[in-house]
Amino acid sequence: MAAMNVNVPPHVLRGAESPRVDLLLIAEMVAPGSRVLDIGCGDGTLLRILAEKQGVDGRGIELSQAGVNSCVAQGLSVIQGDADTDLVYYPDLAFDYVILSQTIQATYSPRHVLEQLLRIGKRAVVSFPNFGHWRVRAKLLFGGHMPRTEYLPDRWYDTPNIHLCTINDFTDLCRDAGAKIERAVALNAYGRKLGVAMPLFAQNLFGEQAVFLLSR
Amino acid sequence: MSESPTLSLHVGTAETSLRLEQIANPQSEIVHFPASEPLPLDCGASLAPFSIAYQTYGELNRDKSNLVLVCHALTGDQHAANLHPVTGKPGWWETMVGPGKPIDTNRYFVLCANVIGGCMGSTGPSSINPATGRPYGPDFPVITVRDMVRAQARLLDHLGIPDVLCVLGGSMGGMQVLEWAATYKDRVFSAVPIACSARHSSQNIAFHEVGRQAVMADPEWCQGRYLDEGKSPRKGLAVARMAAHITYMSDDALHTKFGRRLQDRDKVTFGFDADFQVESYLRHQGLSFVDRFDANSYLYITRAMDYFDLAADHGGVLANAFAGTKTRFCLVSFTSDWLFPTEESREIVHALNAVAANVSFVEIKTDNGHDSFLLHQPELFDTIRGFIASAALKRGIAEPKGWLP
Repeated sequence: MAAMNVNVPPHVLRGAESPRVDLLLIAEMVAPGSRVLDIGCGDGTLLRILAEKQGVDGRGIELSQAGVNSCVAQGLSVIQGDADTDLVYYPDLAFDYVILSQTIQATYSPRHVLEQLLRIGKRAVVSFPNFGHWRVRAKLLFGGHMPRTEYLPDRWYDTPNIHLCTINDFTDLCRDAGAKIERAVALNAYGRKLGVAMPLFAQNLFGEQAVFLLSR
Repeated sequence: MSESPTLSLHVGTAETSLRLEQIANPQSEIVHFPASEPLPLDCGASLAPFSIAYQTYGELNRDKSNLVLVCHALTGDQHAANLHPVTGKPGWWETMVGPGKPIDTNRYFVLCANVIGGCMGSTGPSSINPATGRPYGPDFPVITVRDMVRAQARLLDHLGIPDVLCVLGGSMGGMQVLEWAATYKDRVFSAVPIACSARHSSQNIAFHEVGRQAVMADPEWCQGRYLDEGKSPRKGLAVARMAAHITYMSDDALHTKFGRRLQDRDKVTFGFDADFQVESYLRHQGLSFVDRFDANSYLYITRAMDYFDLAADHGGVLANAFAGTKTRFCLVSFTSDWLFPTEESREIVHALNAVAANVSFVEIKTDNGHDSFLLHQPELFDTIRGFIASAALKRGIAEPKGWLP
């Protein structure tokens, strides 16, 4: 794997054995046959998984025009749009689930976006990279540089991730925004779920990414 | 572009007579609706009798579920994918419609009808007014985009086709698509409005007014009765077309195509001949247009576009036009289109979002301006091919053998 192109995100590389574990986990949280909005749907991988495995009626929003065009050419219902500005156009409770996968840390106003998710969806699924992971902490502590890891490969000046947070931080935001946490799962560096018995501080230390299922 | 055309009247009379022949006797399928079956119009009048001329490609399946309705733009006509009977050139969407093409006639039954108010066989201002036995001219009632769509719905009724798998079109064609989706919600399975708007902007009305004034300022227009007088406002219509043609392109496209290059000369002539290639090009566009288009049709159809305001027709809220829709939408805009800029498509997307409609939206990066929907745009082809194929799949229309999306 080390010989492969370093520009490819690691969760895609890992795909050979288990394609985008976080996506499969999200798909598992979505009830079959429901109406889903995937914000930041990229090339439509999750929408395809949801349609094929769960038979959902899926829609997508994607910022990059190339991603949108490729989705639409595959027959997916996707519009070009921005999570920060375009969610206000959707009516209340238009979807059963609104998914924000690996995107909230790149939004301008995460709290506003989270509130919008919970307004237009009965439930929201949010996944993000955990900035509290021990490796991230160690890099800052011992290296003295902004951490760059498999999941956070960009340098501080060219990263789209302007609002990174830890699992603890996100839990606080949910409390402040009045979001009920129905389920929270941390994944380790190998994409495996950490044990449910593990206390929150440990999840925040060993979880490389987290997936939250929220409701209002 | 070797010759430098001037705005004189002596060219194109052969084409003009070919065109006049198409009004009364088009080389198309035609349905005549008798006086007992009038077409009610938004202006309060009705059109009776009236005719619709149309072209079809491919075959209607047994379930009558594979109709793809193509709506033409202001100066288009029903000849979307066949040689044009007047100009002898390929149809205006020949790159899009045909066997194996994005709108695949091996799989879909494609129909394109001349709009009412047009001049290629559907009833328009150059048709005979039954009340006088003379061409309607300025007595033709002012029509709207909804009237055009209502006429098309009557055509489908006549053909016994209950609904449309996909209705698509660019510019004024896109307006018709939106009107179809708003007025006949149950009859439209999917819709592709391209490079259009839910209401004609002030700037666009202004451009149309310039064009109409150019036509009406031509003494040969004869207050709209030029056919009675045996005349034709060719100069006025050519100027209208020249002005409009600029709006279909972009600054970048004009710069790339012509720059400040001179036409067959090394230096400017200090006169008003077509010194620049761009002038020569526009004169050519103007002249070739008058051979195939009727001046009064131009007035009436531009007016129909000006009157188009879908929100105003639904209590001032665009989303109301689509309330309860089950239609699958795919909107397309082009980055360099300043006549129908992306923002106007985005407004439609937001209105569709507000009613939780199934909508896709693609903005295509190109320098080709508004005319992009008529040109070779691979991303447009991929989008339309993929979108219609997925609609067909959802509708359970079988793929032909060996068919590859």
